[in-house]
Amino acid sequence: MSASAAPQLPGMLRDNPRLDQWVRFDTQGRVTVSTGRVEIGQGVLTAMRQIAAEELDISPDRILLQTGDTELTPNEGYTAGSQSIQFGGVALRQACAEVRLLFLDRAAAQLGHQRDALSVENGAILHKGQSTGQDYWSLAASVDLQREATGGAPIKQASQHRVVGQNLPRTDLADKVFGGPAFLHDVALDGMLHARVVRQPCRGATIRAIDEAAIRRAARGPIEIVRDGNFVAILGPDETLVEAAAATAPGHVAWDNVEALNPMSEEGRWLLQQPSIDKTHGAPPTDPAPAGRAYEATYTRMHIAHASIGPSCGLALYKDGHLQVWTHCQGVYPLRAALARTLKLDPAAISVKHVQGPGCYGHNGADDAAADAAVIALRRPGQPIRVRWRREEEFGFEPVSPAMVVTARAALDGAGKPQDWTTEIWSGRHTNRPGGGGNLLAAEALPDPPPPPPAIEGPPPPGAGTRNGEPLYAFPAKRIVHHLIAETPVRTSSLRGLGATLNVYAIESSMDELAERAGQDPVAYRLSVLADPRARKVVEHVAQMAGWRAGLPAGTGKGRGIGFAQYKNMAAYAAVIAEVEVVHAVQMLRIWCAADAGLVINPDGAINQLEGGIVQGVSWALKEGVRLDESGISSRDWEGYPVLRFSEVPEIAVELVDPAVDRPPLGVGEASGGPTVAAIGNAVAHALGARIRDLPMTRERVMAALLRS
Amino acid sequence: MHSIAFTVNGKPASIAADPDTPLLDVLRNHLGLVGTKFGCGLEQCGTCMVLIDGEPVKSCGKAVSTVVGKTVLTIEGLGTPERPHPLQQAFLDEQAGQCGYCLPGILVTAKALLDRNPAPSRREIALALDDNICRCGSHHRILRAVETAAAKMREGASR
Repeated sequence: MSASAAPQLPGMLRDNPRLDQWVRFDTQGRVTVSTGRVEIGQGVLTAMRQIAAEELDISPDRILLQTGDTELTPNEGYTAGSQSIQFGGVALRQACAEVRLLFLDRAAAQLGHQRDALSVENGAILHKGQSTGQDYWSLAASVDLQREATGGAPIKQASQHRVVGQNLPRTDLADKVFGGPAFLHDVALDGMLHARVVRQPCRGATIRAIDEAAIRRAARGPIEIVRDGNFVAILGPDETLVEAAAATAPGHVAWDNVEALNPMSEEGRWLLQQPSIDKTHGAPPTDPAPAGRAYEATYTRMHIAHASIGPSCGLALYKDGHLQVWTHCQGVYPLRAALARTLKLDPAAISVKHVQGPGCYGHNGADDAAADAAVIALRRPGQPIRVRWRREEEFGFEPVSPAMVVTARAALDGAGKPQDWTTEIWSGRHTNRPGGGGNLLAAEALPDPPPPPPAIEGPPPPGAGTRNGEPLYAFPAKRIVHHLIAETPVRTSSLRGLGATLNVYAIESSMDELAERAGQDPVAYRLSVLADPRARKVVEHVAQMAGWRAGLPAGTGKGRGIGFAQYKNMAAYAAVIAEVEVVHAVQMLRIWCAADAGLVINPDGAINQLEGGIVQGVSWALKEGVRLDESGISSRDWEGYPVLRFSEVPEIAVELVDPAVDRPPLGVGEASGGPTVAAIGNAVAHALGARIRDLPMTRERVMAALLRS
Repeated sequence: MHSIAFTVNGKPASIAADPDTPLLDVLRNHLGLVGTKFGCGLEQCGTCMVLIDGEPVKSCGKAVSTVVGKTVLTIEGLGTPERPHPLQQAFLDEQAGQCGYCLPGILVTAKALLDRNPAPSRREIALALDDNICRCGSHHRILRAVETAAAKMREGASR
């Protein structure tokens, strides 16, 4: 390689290097900016607008933002993993910086000025601060953006930022607050038919008999029934009739090849008896520690539902040989690939466009609902088909986050610090997205279904089930032993945090127990083994926010605890302190959080995401677990699957550490969940004088812990 | 099919529908008022909340026949971008929302609260919103926004 090798392109610019994939000037006075990232409630479109406005030196409101559309936007895979800003945002930033520089070069040549004397002010080209009469649009015809990025243009320093770092209000919020048609569920096309699907009770189930007359009677009006193989859909122009039929339909279809589940498999410990694909990451195996120097504890959790507030929706139209799909899933290109493969269509004959949906927090039913609509649309050419899942369907058939078991094991030195650390993980798959084909429920019900996707998970970092299995602490030897259980009782896939939630819970609970054993305060003990200065700073910052004091007595019914992690060991750092009161159940009092997310595009947006992760973390810790019976998921409504309600939410304070310093942005959306669950576990242990190792920390488990203590 | 007449957002509405049709379906599919959302159809989550004669009611489980002659308020009738209700303005000012799917139901529930209690405590606001689920975790901001709106409305009333 020569010394003058081109700089490496950042993030998604490597996969989508052409500048006109990101920026175009085809509307007078406006800049068309494209991002492959989609809005899933996290505020990413507002942040992308800020990034583009900053580097192009243009007002944010002059940007026309295109998002998640296979016909219009770059392929950025999935909007997932807290990667949008860290990888997609930096790509857009570089593309915009290069575009701006190309225009300045062109203006310099045309006007006969030095480029360094030129600048851009809201799209106008200035010379030494004075108007030149030229702007992006007057020069657009003579600047060719159909070229690849070079990585050569400098991006702005944080000290020069005028838009980045500001709390630009969310551009999508007004529509939602005033009741506009903000969601896919609100889109109605001319001649549209509403549809519901009668789900296979499990993969491979076959229809023995279907009482179509009974389904039609329940509708109390005209409906159609579409059947192909084991795929059954009910459709019609009147949603009320379609819904009435769908509500009774499961009782009118008899199935063969239905395997009864073991209801005990709802708890993580069931995994310990299952065959697994085993891998070790990190330090080589070691001998067991001598008895007095050994620590070991095991932690579990149940399956967790995404539990989106609105059930999944898909809209599709098949017309003139082309399939158009509208979806609120996280990846339009991967969905297109999966639809093409499973429906045996040419990808070029499919367009997929993102329209906002209710918050998903990972791979929920959105892809499946889109596939449902597509399958029906192919059988009803020319008619738009909107499928909206039923609440029971969302809880019962979305892929859930797998149950897990984690054993933390340490060999301690004379001062009670780990010399050798093992995190041993048993888990179903956390990555099961449909991109490579397969894993779309509708396709599984059709004749000749695709095989299930293979159980493969990448190594940490970032990992999936292994995510955050490596403590960030400076222990001399660290390893992860991963048992991936391919066959789980129900379909599982990605949920916010993936394996990090239980891994951080296990590591941070163990750290508190080790601190106690060493006779040290939990914060001081962590700092004694934490070398990364950014990690130290968030721990110290949150301790200061909460007025942390060492030596408060345990077992008083009130307690405080801390939890810390750097998400994926490569995204944002977050430290959380929880304060709880435990009488019969855990009552949350306060939460403090300090996070270092590198350069922050929109501080209020980042704080909003951290707050959301905290509330979800409280809910996971105290309330959530999918219930199973012999026929599958039995927790199919909000009473069976309770989540945190308004009166249960604690006071929350979140602060960002050094958000305006010149450093790469670090993904923040999933950073606070694991540390929150861990902090609550430690606070509960402090309050009770006894530890609860199995999540969620329900009233029953609190009572059992009290009896033990 | 029956002709059913009621008032929605201050205007008379008359629709031909089966009297058992859920009010939510009538609002969304017959009247095009899609601001009110479907969440569960089980009267558990509050995304479909509307006010009937000023009282918050989950419209997914309410037959349209039960609102004959009554007054229904949906999110579309609360305010407009040009003339926002103080609650809507406060939700924007506090950036109280993430995905926003729960917000229409929460906003009308909060309106009913402030109409009967202009100065609720944080605890009273939380309890009034306990029938509304927010899954993204915007609770903290939503509570703050309702407090802010209540204060603004009291200021306005005392002027």
